[in-house]
Amino acid sequence: MKLHEYQSKQIFAKYGIPVPKGRVAATAKEARAIAEELGGRVVVKAQVLVGGRGKAGGVRLAKDPKEAEEVASAILGMEIKGLPVRKVLVDPAANIEHEIYLGITNDRAARRPVFMASAAGGVDIEEVARTTPEKIIKVHIDPLLGLRDYQANDIALGIDLPREYWKQFGDICRGLYRAYTECDATLAEINPLVILKEKSLSALDGKMLLDDNALFRHPDLAEMRDVDEEAPAETEARKHDLSFIKLDGNIGCMVNGAGLAMTTMDIVKLYGGEPANFLDIGGGASAEKVAAALRIILSDKNVKAILFNVFGGITRCDEVAKGILAALAEVKPNIPMVVRLVGTNAEEGRKLLADAKMITAETLAEAAQKAVAAAKAAA
Amino acid sequence: MSILVNKDTRLIVQGITGNEGLFHTQQMLAYGTKVVGGTRPGKGGEWVLDGKVPVFDSCKSAVNATGANCSIIFVSAKFAPDAIYEAADAGIPFIVCITEGIPVQDMMRVREYLDQKGTRLLGPNCPGLLTPGEAKVGIIPGNIAIPGNVGVVSRSGTLTYEVLYALKLQGMGASTCVGIGGDPINGTNFIDVLEMFERDPQTEKVVLIGEIGGTDEEKAAEFIRTKMTKPVVSFIAGQTAPPGKRMGHAGAIIEGGSGTAADKIKALEAAGVKVAKHPEEIPSLLK
Repeated sequence: MKLHEYQSKQIFAKYGIPVPKGRVAATAKEARAIAEELGGRVVVKAQVLVGGRGKAGGVRLAKDPKEAEEVASAILGMEIKGLPVRKVLVDPAANIEHEIYLGITNDRAARRPVFMASAAGGVDIEEVARTTPEKIIKVHIDPLLGLRDYQANDIALGIDLPREYWKQFGDICRGLYRAYTECDATLAEINPLVILKEKSLSALDGKMLLDDNALFRHPDLAEMRDVDEEAPAETEARKHDLSFIKLDGNIGCMVNGAGLAMTTMDIVKLYGGEPANFLDIGGGASAEKVAAALRIILSDKNVKAILFNVFGGITRCDEVAKGILAALAEVKPNIPMVVRLVGTNAEEGRKLLADAKMITAETLAEAAQKAVAAAKAAA
Repeated sequence: MSILVNKDTRLIVQGITGNEGLFHTQQMLAYGTKVVGGTRPGKGGEWVLDGKVPVFDSCKSAVNATGANCSIIFVSAKFAPDAIYEAADAGIPFIVCITEGIPVQDMMRVREYLDQKGTRLLGPNCPGLLTPGEAKVGIIPGNIAIPGNVGVVSRSGTLTYEVLYALKLQGMGASTCVGIGGDPINGTNFIDVLEMFERDPQTEKVVLIGEIGGTDEEKAAEFIRTKMTKPVVSFIAGQTAPPGKRMGHAGAIIEGGSGTAADKIKALEAAGVKVAKHPEEIPSLLK
């Protein structure tokens, strides 16, 4: 789950990290009021869950409250990479002397958290990692020990931070590490962390990604999810405990198991079709779940055919077939459907579906070819 | 021969009184696995499945009473890390965790702790493992595989079943099938299992089923190129997966341009591995 900049910075502030004292606004009028309160120049920043908003014109300076209102009005009408801007953050403008990158994330290969820092902040860190990796220093943290003070010093030393800032920098590192662990983040990033002309550090921008699997122990953070920023079908799928990702093709896929679901998409493509989605209905595949999944797939008007691919293991195919029949009775789709049932009780399952006017297939390759042909005929 | 589990494996089931635990205990017993006990704090002294399996309050008491040398975990994600620590502290050398959805930071701590103790973990978020004809520790359906000489290792569940079943239809059997799980941080990885297959006299060929996310397949390719003498056939799922999206499994995500199927296939092919275009092609590539 992604957090907005303003949400991430609210969390940072709780952990003692200095952040600008701005606030978020949903209208230009509110933005003006915040600018009046703050006094002086402000920066108005689009709050959207995609990168590259600066380049898209979503971050602009304003010299007074009147200009803040104008700028906010322009930004609030924008779309950035297809996402409408619904909120802006109004922060006091900072007097920047130098920009630093500081972040912590999970290093999957090392199986440890890793701090990353660079004296070249404010830029796309992935780009820096690709082009000049020597400009990024990495410090791995023992997950049982946590961040040690010497490691914070190592980071400061690694980016040639002037010694007068080491103490404050150490506190920021410790705060960031606590925010990362206590919120179960997969990324906590300050970019840029700036040295102000006033000779102190400030987290000008912040980003946090949270581990969806850990939200059960963070009900307060789970509430911060911005459902306006995701595809409605994905929100609906989450409600039914379905794993769903919308794609651009026209063949809807309904599969049990994540690996098999990806494989089904791949094989559709291999035979010249385009998958409309990734969908894992999980182990049980009850009628309710299948019905919910069908409705979600059919809510995409591009879908011209549906491919059901079910491997019956512990789940018996006849049970799944009953689920499909009940779902069809409820949803009544009028597009071609190809079904492949394999494994435990596949024969019984196929018999049950014989009257349902579904196209049946024995192998994965055959199922994919039939689905591709059906979609082409319907398009 | 086989790897990791066989007819001498003495298994306890953590979370044996839950729906899933009980159902799969029954399935494992029916397959012939020696399930010697189960645990559920507060229910020690009871018996389940018509008096066939004793329940203990803790792993320690279960190990003391039964001499268990393997444990399988069916408790929910919230309690699973504790179950793993408990099994390790009870001296169980091999732990299989089926549970899906354990927070990744928990897994980093678990893995660090287990490495220090020298305990092997399989999973989490995995279907367990099956040595056809000998033992099944996990949820892989027993009827889809026959004994044979093909070692199978996979990050996936149902996709693995597809492959086992496709092999069976061609009269080909498995030595052991190991599901290492779909999480970004797990206990046993491809290389660990490849190493065991390379040493196992029963295993003559290996099937490696990978998917997008991480770089374990690339590392496996390097291992195959430099250390393995047995032929390996592979399939990688997720060639059409969009970047930045988690494809069902917590670990199946292309991040920062890393973890693509194309990279993995390239690395495996460079190591001399035949990579199947789709899973049904695997049996013919093994011939």
